[in-house]
Amino acid sequence: MKKFTYTVTRPNGLHGRPAADLVTAAQALDSTITVGKGERCVGADRLMALMTLGVAQGDTVTVTIEGGDEERALAAMQAYFAEHL
Amino acid sequence: MKLAGRPLCPGVALGPIHVLPEAEKPGKNAPKGTPAEELERLELGRQRALDRVNGQQSAALEKLGKEEADIFRLHALMLEDRDLLETVRCAVRAGACAEDSVREAGETFAAAFRALEDPYLRERAADVEEVSRLWREALSGNLGRLELGKPAILCTGEIAPGELIALEREKVLGLVVERMASDSHAAILTRAMALPTVVGLVPRMDWEGAFAALDGETGELYVTPEEKVRDRLMEKAQAQRKIQTELVAFRDRPACTRDGRVVSVCANIAAPEEAALARREGAQGVGLFRTEFLCLNKEQCPGEEEQIALYRRALEAMEGRRVVIRTLDIGGDKCPPWLEAGRGENPALGLRGIRLSLKQPELFRLQLRAILRAAPYGKAALMFPLVSSAQEVRAARALLERCRAELEAEGLPAGEVEVGVMIETPAAALMAGELAKEADFFSIGTNDLTQYTLAMDRQDPELDGMYDPHHPAVLELIRRTVEEGHRHGRRVALCGQLGADRSMTKTLLQMGVDELSVPVGEVLELKAHVSTLDLSE
Repeated sequence: MKKFTYTVTRPNGLHGRPAADLVTAAQALDSTITVGKGERCVGADRLMALMTLGVAQGDTVTVTIEGGDEERALAAMQAYFAEHL
Repeated sequence: MKLAGRPLCPGVALGPIHVLPEAEKPGKNAPKGTPAEELERLELGRQRALDRVNGQQSAALEKLGKEEADIFRLHALMLEDRDLLETVRCAVRAGACAEDSVREAGETFAAAFRALEDPYLRERAADVEEVSRLWREALSGNLGRLELGKPAILCTGEIAPGELIALEREKVLGLVVERMASDSHAAILTRAMALPTVVGLVPRMDWEGAFAALDGETGELYVTPEEKVRDRLMEKAQAQRKIQTELVAFRDRPACTRDGRVVSVCANIAAPEEAALARREGAQGVGLFRTEFLCLNKEQCPGEEEQIALYRRALEAMEGRRVVIRTLDIGGDKCPPWLEAGRGENPALGLRGIRLSLKQPELFRLQLRAILRAAPYGKAALMFPLVSSAQEVRAARALLERCRAELEAEGLPAGEVEVGVMIETPAAALMAGELAKEADFFSIGTNDLTQYTLAMDRQDPELDGMYDPHHPAVLELIRRTVEEGHRHGRRVALCGQLGADRSMTKTLLQMGVDELSVPVGEVLELKAHVSTLDLSE
């Protein structure tokens, strides 16, 4: 399992478009990816659950990657967070 | 049969009526079959709703741009969302009706969004509701309610902005809506689409297919009109078409008086969609982009990114012509629900326009940043409303420069913008010489200028006939503003109702006004009128 944390810098956080992009990106990978904030942790392919995590600017999230090509998935997710959030 | 509604958008329409079915029956409903059959129906409805959303996405991409299309992409993903699907299916398996299950799950998820702290995410509750509505429409066979076989006058109880955009314009002759507020987004869109519209009439199912005549100027609807009425309206429609054809000649050339003065004729708009129409009508720019619509009917002030997208759309639609964005003119009697500002004893003289912006700089900063960031997409200018001293302009410009420095520090691109001052108080008009040193241009707002000069409320029906924008005192203030502006080499525009008053065009141009900005529908006629004038006479 791979894991990284990220602090959101974009003003709008994980709102509509970034969440939709994240779901699309996660669905294209064969690893199981989760995003956690505080006590809650949800699959990165679950749009509503992701959005209702309420990830805003300044929040730190933990991303885990398990199974499949973990190296590739890790790189893809890190690139996604850096670019969109 | 003659029915009198309220006029919303002018124009005559003649043709068969099509009554749109009401979207839904409220309340608990019995399932239409066994849970297994109901599940199958549910899935079929979902697929139809998905097809629809994907269609909307392509249409929006083509007509409106990527930002708008992204909303529909989000809707498509919501229709695929595992949690939503499982919640709905679970209820259906337990024996509930498919429509009810979709509605209840939609309400639950929307409530979860509403409970969030982040204002952007809270707004997504509306998207969940929209998806739930589409799915239910698909289930009850109403999904195609907006697909028209042949051109018709549409009659409906209500119509959403998204539905208006989805309409094939050439198939909609006119619109009769029972409920539509005249300052709503939907109303702005009907005007932008130049769709003859009457509101306040309750559609009846037995009108379906009947021939009707609609006059969007008077608010009248005639269902199966007498021959006499039909002929009269046909003539009116023909006359309008003829005028329209004659006016089209003025679209692509500048307005020029017979003695050779070239006058800039621009449009006043209140939503980005109107910019595209202004361009088609031959406006040489947008002289006033009111931004109050951003917030008056919203629970939250839109964020920076959302504002950028809106300004960008207007700038791109004008294809390099100047768009003057007026910073928020709220406060006083125009107060959005989220604004914490006292109304004061006398709202027209209270904390509004630039005064409010300077007192609540967070809101103002957000807008200034968004304007600066949208500026590279076209030729942007901004102007401040209700200025009464040079100090206010200096303070606002200082804040603008601070925003620019911040953006630079953040590595975000910011464009160049001209900064204008609205002349709408007698103080500003009398101080025009001083203000000209602080501003790149002036724009005279004659509605407020008249109200403040005469100390008369323009909305007070008791003062009807006394409130007079032709009053010599008002005209003298306009004259001085133009004179002082020109003395300092500043362009002087005029964007109030007086600009569209053709009995005054010659006087205003003789005073030296450089630019007239009028409602979109008046642009062509004003251009034609200017070309008949000789200012040397």
